[in-house]
Amino acid sequence: MSKRKAYYASKMKRAVHMLFYRRHKKPGVKGWELRKALGADYPKVLKILDDYLKSLDLQVKTVFEEEKFKENPTLEDLDKARFYVTLRGELTPKEAKMIGWRIDDLAGLAITVAYIISKRGKVPRKEVEELLRDKLPGWKVDINIDRYIRYGYLTQDENEQLYLDWRTRAEVDQKALIDMLLSE
Amino acid sequence: MPLKRERADIGREKLQRIIEMCRSVEERSLDPFLIDVNDVIATIREFFPEWEIPEDLCLDAETIRHIASVIKLQSEWVKHRSTSLYTDPFLLEEKIRRLEKGEIVKSFLYAWHPVVELEQISLHSLAEAIKYWESLLPLKERWKEIAPQGIETSKATRKELIEQKILLDKAFSEELENFWRELKGRTAEKGEDGKIRYWDFITAETYEETAHRAFMTSFLVTYGYATLEIHPLEEEIFIKPYEKPPAKPSKKQLMSVPIAISIEEWLKHKGEPTK
Repeated sequence: MSKRKAYYASKMKRAVHMLFYRRHKKPGVKGWELRKALGADYPKVLKILDDYLKSLDLQVKTVFEEEKFKENPTLEDLDKARFYVTLRGELTPKEAKMIGWRIDDLAGLAITVAYIISKRGKVPRKEVEELLRDKLPGWKVDINIDRYIRYGYLTQDENEQLYLDWRTRAEVDQKALIDMLLSE
Repeated sequence: MPLKRERADIGREKLQRIIEMCRSVEERSLDPFLIDVNDVIATIREFFPEWEIPEDLCLDAETIRHIASVIKLQSEWVKHRSTSLYTDPFLLEEKIRRLEKGEIVKSFLYAWHPVVELEQISLHSLAEAIKYWESLLPLKERWKEIAPQGIETSKATRKELIEQKILLDKAFSEELENFWRELKGRTAEKGEDGKIRYWDFITAETYEETAHRAFMTSFLVTYGYATLEIHPLEEEIFIKPYEKPPAKPSKKQLMSVPIAISIEEWLKHKGEPTK
C-alpha cells in the first residue's frame, strides 16, 4: 500500500469511528470537530468514505447550518455543517417495522412532516392533531406527536407551534416526499 | 383643541389595531398578504403629525416595526412559492386525507434515509472502566468525607435571637418613643426656636450608629413625632420635635426627602478630617 493510500485509510477509519458512534446527545459530527481530528483535508476523507459506503447502501450526509443544500460549499460552510451516516437507498415497509416503527406511527410522521413543509415549516399543533385524528385514535395522536418531538423529527415552541427539527433535516428528502405524495 | 385630542385618540386606536393585526399574522402564521401594507402606511402617515408626546411616538415606531416584519414575511412567502418545495397546502391536505396508510408509508420510505448509529462496548472502554473502578473509593469512605456534622437542636433563647438580630431588645414603638424623648431633650438643650440641626442630632461616635439614628429619625418624621425644616439656600436641615404625637396618621400628601448619610459627611460633622 502506498504511503498516500495508508494515510487516507487511517483517516477514514477515524472518520468512521466518529460518524457511526454517537459522541454527543445528538448523533452526527460537526465539521470543525472532523477538521480537528482528521486535519484540514477532512472533506476529501469524507468523499472517499462516501464512495466506500456506496457499496453498503450508506452515505455521508451533510446538513448545512441554513438547512439548504449548497452546490459549492466553502470550508466555513462545511465547518459549521453537521455530518451523519444515513441509509442511501430505501427501506421496505417490513424493514421499517424491524427497526421499531409501526405502520401507523410512520404514516403519522409522514403526514405531519409533509403538512409542515406545505405550511412553510410552521404549523399550530392543534391543526396537526386534527389532521392525525382523522385516521388515528385520539389517545394515540398526542402520544405520537410527543414521540416525534422526542426523537428530534419535530420541535415545538411556547406557542404550541410545530417545526421540523434536526432529524427530519438529516433523514428526510423533503422534495422527494412531497413529489411522491402528490403523484400517488 | 378637543377636536385635536379626539383625533389623536382615534389615531392611537387605529395604530393599536394595526399592531394586533400584524401580531396575529406573525404568531398564527396567517397569509401575510392579508395586510394591505400601502393602506396601513397611509394610516400611519396620516396620524403622524398628531404625535407630540414620547408615548405616541413609541407607538408609531412599534407599528412601523410590526409592518416591517410583515413585509419580511411577505417576501419569505413569495420566495417559498417560487421554490420547488412549494405545494398548495389545500391540495396536499386533500391528498393526505384521501391516501391509505400503506401508500403514505410507501411515499415516506422513498424519501426517508435514517441516520445510522451504533452502540457497542469495546475492549478499550472496558479496560478504562475497570481502571476507573479500581481507583474509585468504597462508598463508606466517600460518604464519610461529605457526611454533614451532627448539630444538636434546642430551643433558642430570647437573648440569642436578639444577638442574631432576629428580635429587637425593645419593641420598635417603644424604641421610637425613647428616641423622640431624646430628640426633645437635645432640642431643649442645644437647639434654638424648638429645632435642632439634623446632623447635630444624628451624628454619633460610629458611622453605624449614625446610620441607625438617621433611620430612626426618618420614622419620627414619617409617624408625625417631628418635622423637617429644609433651608435649601443655606444647605441646612433642621429637625423640629412635636410636643405630642398626632393621634391619627396625617392624611396630608407625604413628601420624601432623600438625605445621603455618607462616611465623608459623617466625618465632617464629627469634626474629623476626611480622607
